[in-house]
Parts: sequence; structure tokens; C-alpha cells
Amino acid sequence: MDDELRELYQEVILDHGKNPRNFRAPEDANYESLGHNPLCGDRIKVFAKVNADGLIEDAAFDGRGCAISVASASMMTDIVKGKTVDQVDRLFATFHDMCTLEDPEISDEFSDDIDKLKVLSGVRQFPMRVKCATLAWHTINAAVHGEEITSTE
Amino acid sequence: MTTVALKTAPDATNYPFDVDRIRADFPILARPVHGKPLAFLDSGASAQKPQAVLDAIQRAYSETYANVHRGAYYLSQAATDGYEGARKRVADYINAASADEIIFTRNVTSAINLVASSYGAKFLQAGDEIILSQMEHHANIVPWQMLRDRIGIEIKVAPIDDRGNFLLDEYEKLLSPKTKLVAITQVSNVLGTIVPLDDVIRLAHAQGAHVLVDGAQGIVHSRVDVQALDADFYGFTGHKLYGPSGIGALYGKMELLKQMPPYEGGGDMIELVTFEKTTYREPPARFEAGTPPIVQAIGLHAAIDYVDAVGIENVAAHEATLLEYATDRLSEYSDITIIGQADNKAGIISFVMDGAHAHDIGTIVDAEGVAIRTGHHCAQPLMDRFDLAATARASFGMYNTRADVDALLAALDKVRDIFG
Repeated sequence: MDDELRELYQEVILDHGKNPRNFRAPEDANYESLGHNPLCGDRIKVFAKVNADGLIEDAAFDGRGCAISVASASMMTDIVKGKTVDQVDRLFATFHDMCTLEDPEISDEFSDDIDKLKVLSGVRQFPMRVKCATLAWHTINAAVHGEEITSTE
Repeated sequence: MTTVALKTAPDATNYPFDVDRIRADFPILARPVHGKPLAFLDSGASAQKPQAVLDAIQRAYSETYANVHRGAYYLSQAATDGYEGARKRVADYINAASADEIIFTRNVTSAINLVASSYGAKFLQAGDEIILSQMEHHANIVPWQMLRDRIGIEIKVAPIDDRGNFLLDEYEKLLSPKTKLVAITQVSNVLGTIVPLDDVIRLAHAQGAHVLVDGAQGIVHSRVDVQALDADFYGFTGHKLYGPSGIGALYGKMELLKQMPPYEGGGDMIELVTFEKTTYREPPARFEAGTPPIVQAIGLHAAIDYVDAVGIENVAAHEATLLEYATDRLSEYSDITIIGQADNKAGIISFVMDGAHAHDIGTIVDAEGVAIRTGHHCAQPLMDRFDLAATARASFGMYNTRADVDALLAALDKVRDIFG
């Protein structure tokens, strides 16, 4: 159990949890969505600035949550910048598989990003925490597809 | 109602009962979790079951099981005796005037929904006011909001202070001739606050309002006498009282129950059915459509017998010593803030920790075998009151010991190791 805990709370995650990147509410965002996890009451708001070509120029978040959900939001907002909405859809699907499947099929389309996101895949051993890791992704997904509120349920 | 205040709690070395013997009655407490001894500190969510309850359930299914109120045969009569015997036991335990004032439900949630729907239909109309407290569980908020949206009643909220004390003066100001019902918890599931029900009910009745008490957390920490309380409705759930899940009870004064229309329609609640018209049975049958939770009721009977044998006053005194110990120990840490320090508390202690979210605390202490509840505890308005998203909560049952509290404290050090 200790090993699994250490894998869950890796230094990178603790760092992102304590010093989240992109923790702000940009005024020029043209998409935003409120994501909440009914299990624990966590709420985060994700903002995205998407240009006419569907490219995400900026992404940010605020709100509060556990170390896992904040770290995930922090990393997610870094990673999606410069990607198209379609690319983020595919990356989210892959990331979701990483968090839930024992032996996920990983395409090499985003291998650098996948390497970074691997630190979050420790949640696989903690089924109650998968929603913490995926909350920010669900929320940006909802935002860029035009839903104002989403939930992990 | 008897509640045991901290000050009068017996010395910890002189427990009024043998906690080791009690622990031996709960098989699950012997199992390790993640290779560690289990420190189960989540009885406020659901309590563990003593062997006597498990045996009663096993016996009911293997020796006296059939559907109730239907068959002319031996087993059906035996099952009916068991089910109705449980009703009588509940009535005696909470001192209802009659077993007919006890309606079996799934849990407190369904008990409150029953009152909101059925009492609401008969006694409430647009413009009427009901009063809730700021400490209510969602189960005692949402049914009233649904009723409000349906018929246009108004909901007032009685506040608490920063320590979690119920503000009787503020409550009194909300009462008026427009108040028709006060729906209030006996004990806050988050703060542990014991609500001064005697005063709440007396003041409500003085305005002609009825009172529904959510006893989910109250009945497990104190003796309940619904007649002495003069509660109009009192709901509780079996699984927090060391009984099975799937069974709860609603007490209602017969004069009210008799006037209330059925809640759900179906078998067993009717006198005569034609396609043109149906007539309904008297309470409690009127409110128990369909096959009821037969064995769950029998299990609840066994749970009440067990609690009564131990003595709920002894349980309360024991939990008070644990609460005092946990409060003292947690207070030693500058990074911990206890949420809820009311003058009169039951065995529940919520806290937050600097630098660590409750959800992370829950995962890390679980790895040490410590089971606590983390989150909003189905009381989001209360969380908002304290500007919190979540707390960690330890809640005590009769089987807990100082060692469980120590295990929690040691596990919190692990949290500090990771987040420090």
C-alpha cells in the first residue's frame, strides 16, 4: 500500500498541487465551464481561449480541490495549450484509459504529453480517486463543446 | 431525552462497559485493512453490525422466511410475527404510544420524503412557511425544496454560530403564525452539535407548528422518548443503529397520520380496490405499499435489543470520553482546525488540516487502516457556511477505543510526511 501511495503522491503531483500552473481566470477566455465532483464537493472552473481554427491559445483554471485534482488541472492546462480541440479530445480519451485500464493502448500521437501525464496514472490503484484525476479534463471537454456545467458523474 | 454532556462523562479508565467484550461481538473489527488493524471511525455514515444482528438475519432467512400479511400458512405467519414484532420493539424503544405510529421505511431519507409528500399534501399550501436549520443533511433539505417547487411553500433557515451552536434566539425570530412545520436534525452529522430539541419543539408548538425530527445521528448517541420530546414526527435509520441497511422508521403522532393521504400506492396498503375506486387502510399499513423490508426489520429488532443490552446511556458516556480525548489530541496540532465546537456535542469530530485536502487525508489514512469520512457529508449548505469544500470526519460508535483515535493521529503524521 505504501508503494501505491508513493506512486499516487509523486513529487511532480505534490508540486503541481501546491503551486498550480495557470491558476487564474483570464478575461479573454471564450469558453468556460464549472466542473464539480459530487463525491467530495470539489469545484473547479476551467477557462479556454480558442481561436477560429479551433486552436487552444490559452487555458487556465481556478477553484479548489484535492492535490490530485489540482495537479491534474495544472498539468492539463499546460498541455492543451497549442493543441486543437480535436487533439484534446483524443488526448483526453487516452488519458482516461491510462487512469482506468490496467493495460491501456497508447497511441504515439502525443508521446511527450503522455510521458508527463503518466505520473497521474497511479490513481488506477485508487478507483475512488479516478474522478479527481479526470475532473479537469471532463471540464475542459465540456467547456470547448459548449456545456457550462459538468460533473464527474 | 437524556444526553450526556462531556463534563459528566466517566473517567476513561472506568468505562461503564467492557469495550473489548463489545468489540468481540463485531466480527468485522477483527479483519485487517491494507495489512493494518482496522480503526473504523465512520459509524456516523453507517455502523458495523454485531453478531447478534447477523444471527437474527440468518435465522430469519433460514427458519421463518415468507412474505408477510399474505399467506394463511405457518411461515407467512411466522414472518409476519417477526416483522410486526419489530414494529412493536421500535415503538417501545422510542416510547411511541402505539406500534401503529411506527411506519417502516427504507431509511430517514424516505421517511422525510414521505412526510414532505403526504403531510405536505394535507397540511401545507402556498405561502406557508417551514423552518430548517443550517446544519441539515441534504435528506432534510431537498424533499422540502421539491415540495416548495411543487406547491409554493417558503423555506426559512435557522442559523448557527461559528462554533456550531444552534441559535435558539434566531430560530425563535423565524417562528410566526405562518410557520407550519419545523424540520430539524437532532444531531449535526458534520459538527456533532446536539440541537436543543426540547426548546425547539416547545417554541414551535407555541406557534401551532408541527415538528419533524431527523434522528439519524441522534438516536445512536442518546435515549429517545418521542412522547417526552413531544415530536410530531421522528425519523431514524437502522444501519446507523448497528442494524441492517434498507430499513428505517418514521414515528408520527396517530392524529396526524390518520389525516395524511397514502404516499406510495400498491399492495398491502388498501382495503378494497376496483378500477373505479380504492379505499386505504389505516396507518401504518396505509404508508407501507408493497412487500416491506421484512428481514431488515427483524435485523433492526435484534440491533435494538443489542443496543439496549449495552445501554445507550453507557454508549453515549463512552463516546463522550472518546470525543474529549480526540478533541484534546487533535487540538495539540497547530495545522489542524476542528470544525464544530458546540457546547453540547455527540461523538462526531470534523476537522481540516493545513496543506492537505480532506480527500487526500482520507486516502492516506486508509492506507493505515483508518476509515474516516471525507467530503461534504451531504451537507453542502453547511460547508458553505464555513466556507469549506470538504472536511475529514471521525465519528464514534460503541466499539471505538482510544487506540482508534491514536491510529488516526499516527496516520495524520503520514499525511504530514507526504504533504509537509
